Amino acid sequence: MKNLVLAAFAALAIGTAADAAPLKIGVAAEPYPPFTSPDANGNWVGWEVDFMNAICKQAALECVITPTAWDGIIPALTSGQIDVIMSSMSITSERKKTIDFSDKYYNTPAMIMVAKDSAATPDAAGLTGKIIGVQVSTVHEAYTEKYFAPVASEVKTYQTQDEANQDLAAGRLDAAMADSVALQVFLDSDVGKACCKSAGMAADDKEILGDGVGFGLRKGDPLLATLNDAIKAIRADGTYDAITKTYFAFDVYGE
Amino acid sequence: MRKSLLQPHRIVLMAIAVLLVGYCVLKLNWSWLAEPKYQVLIVQGIWRSIWLTVVTMAIGMVLAIPIGLAQAAGPWWLAIPARVFCTVIRGTPLLMQLWLVYYGVGSLFPSIPWIKDSALWPILRQAWPYAVLALSLSVAGYEGEVMRGAFRGVPHGQLEAAKAMGMPRLAIFRRVWLPQALQRVLPTIGGETVLQLKSTPLASTITIMEIYGVVGKIRSNTLIIYEPMLLLALIYICMTGVIVLLFRWFESRIPSRVA
Amino acid sequence: MSCLPASQLSSLTLLGFGECGWGATLLWGFANSILIAIGAYGLGFVTGVAGAFGKLYGGPVGKDLWALYTTLVRAVPELVLILILYYAVPGLLNELLISLGYARIDLPQFLTGVIVLAFVQGAYQTEVLRGAILAVPQGQIEAARAMGMSPFQVARRIIFPLMTSNAVPGLGNLWLNATKDTALLAVIGFSELTKATFQASATTKAFFTFYPAAMALYLLISLTSMYGFGRIEKWSRKGQRSLGG
Repeated sequence: MKNLVLAAFAALAIGTAADAAPLKIGVAAEPYPPFTSPDANGNWVGWEVDFMNAICKQAALECVITPTAWDGIIPALTSGQIDVIMSSMSITSERKKTIDFSDKYYNTPAMIMVAKDSAATPDAAGLTGKIIGVQVSTVHEAYTEKYFAPVASEVKTYQTQDEANQDLAAGRLDAAMADSVALQVFLDSDVGKACCKSAGMAADDKEILGDGVGFGLRKGDPLLATLNDAIKAIRADGTYDAITKTYFAFDVYGE
Repeated sequence: MRKSLLQPHRIVLMAIAVLLVGYCVLKLNWSWLAEPKYQVLIVQGIWRSIWLTVVTMAIGMVLAIPIGLAQAAGPWWLAIPARVFCTVIRGTPLLMQLWLVYYGVGSLFPSIPWIKDSALWPILRQAWPYAVLALSLSVAGYEGEVMRGAFRGVPHGQLEAAKAMGMPRLAIFRRVWLPQALQRVLPTIGGETVLQLKSTPLASTITIMEIYGVVGKIRSNTLIIYEPMLLLALIYICMTGVIVLLFRWFESRIPSRVA
Repeated sequence: MSCLPASQLSSLTLLGFGECGWGATLLWGFANSILIAIGAYGLGFVTGVAGAFGKLYGGPVGKDLWALYTTLVRAVPELVLILILYYAVPGLLNELLISLGYARIDLPQFLTGVIVLAFVQGAYQTEVLRGAILAVPQGQIEAARAMGMSPFQVARRIIFPLMTSNAVPGLGNLWLNATKDTALLAVIGFSELTKATFQASATTKAFFTFYPAAMALYLLISLTSMYGFGRIEKWSRKGQRSLGG
């Protein structure tokens, strides 16, 4: 009986593992344009996807996109369901307690988005008494908790950034805080143009907002060095800039 | 009950359970429970879960009575819409109904410019009316079916006797049909209340911080995987137990022998 | 992207199978939902049979353990159970394998979903099947035993056929529950119909196109299943006195 069970699991393992097991790249399972979003056919496209393809080609790895719920993405990494987090995750000391990060591969400021007719400013004074929306488990949530929660009327958390954008468009929120590039895509869309505008960038706080976005890896994973080398190589030979040019008019690497 | 608990295999099982619980309490990471801000959130979350269950059950039952009645005794132009309503509610997932109500209706707001100036706006902005609406409609759909069976199950002789005694239709309904139907379904309602409690976690997907949402927030802040969820399961087991005991008490107070 | 913004596309195009149509994604999610539901229901049924027999004919320890299982699962919301098991099942499995000296395996998402939902289904199935077995007239079982049939023969020839007609309504309800519970997997990020619908409507903002379409698909499963189970019930009641009396 025990042999039967072990044989069944072995068969499963053979069935599920390729020769050189492909790397499971965990991506948040919601649209986050322009970095990652599913198109109508279910394929994932975006700057981060192109970047990942370049890195995997550089490091000679076989990579497979594995959509995972954002609020469970770190536990999914630590429990082995995915191997790498590539989901615009900011490098913060809080997260470093649990996982390792590669070098940063982009760094963009955080923006506060408000309704078109709002006079709010992107600081605690301007957001007093307002309803602010953020995505759960993000550096923006931590920032809002620290700076705005004491003065805001309510801080609502959403599973995905898209839900927060929708609620701002619907008028249920007064402000939303998220990455400036991702919000800009929303502001450029029909819905965004009609409803909302940017109130400006939030004052930086490197401790909370982190120092750029990097790959997330399990602690002590040797893949870290491979990925860092690949990032350096791509930046050096111009592939990074070529990819960036097709999406943005500015450099996302930041300083 | 004493005797059955003291049987040898029960004692062994209870000892194992105590050991397991002791292990969990001592070895797992419960440091987050000590933080006052989480304690406040947990209490608020439990209150919201209870409140959602009670309010939506109440509203849902009030809606279920006419829906069940329409199907049991109504003319076809009432019975068929009621039937369609119940079929749609029971045939589609509650999560979809909830998202449709919240995000679907929300997406209509920008196209209705006067809504932001109306008196209802502060209420329409918040998430709880939508959760209450979706959950109440869900209760109405499921309980409508139950009430239909209950209304049909009341012995027709009683209704005929009441009619023969000259009672007006409303009085028959109020004094004979409805009380007897409710009496028949009381055991089922207890089970349905437990099911409704178990549906409330879905409200956290539209920003309502009931206890599931609170535990999700704790998990994402502390990155601890299992311990908050174990506490969550324990809380729900306790709440379910309370509901079951409450309904047992109800049933003991109300005569359950049907004529 | 060659597709026009969604506000300029008709509903039919959005739902269709062309380059800008999400129809294929939705149907793929639909197929996923049904497959997970079938897997969970089947595995749950096997668990339920074991549980029902365990609760009725097992030893005292077995009875208590099954009772604990069914009570716990029915007292905790499915969403909480799914979340706990989603991490616990692969985690415990891999710990077991590592302690036995084998390499860790990666359970495909589909299998994890099936196991998790089957765990929940098993408890409810146990109760339904237990009730159905209890409704089998005791005299028939005693007569079969008196005739010298082995317990296995009694189960196969007497209990199963008579229990089926009692169990079918409950089993039908549990099948509908299984199909709707797959929607809860969306909260964990599984790509099934509810998640696909949410992604499609979030990307295109066409809520009132995709949600009704997805609800229609769920209704299709419900109505077909209700009809199917009605037929099965009629077939299983062949030869018995009709309920109308």
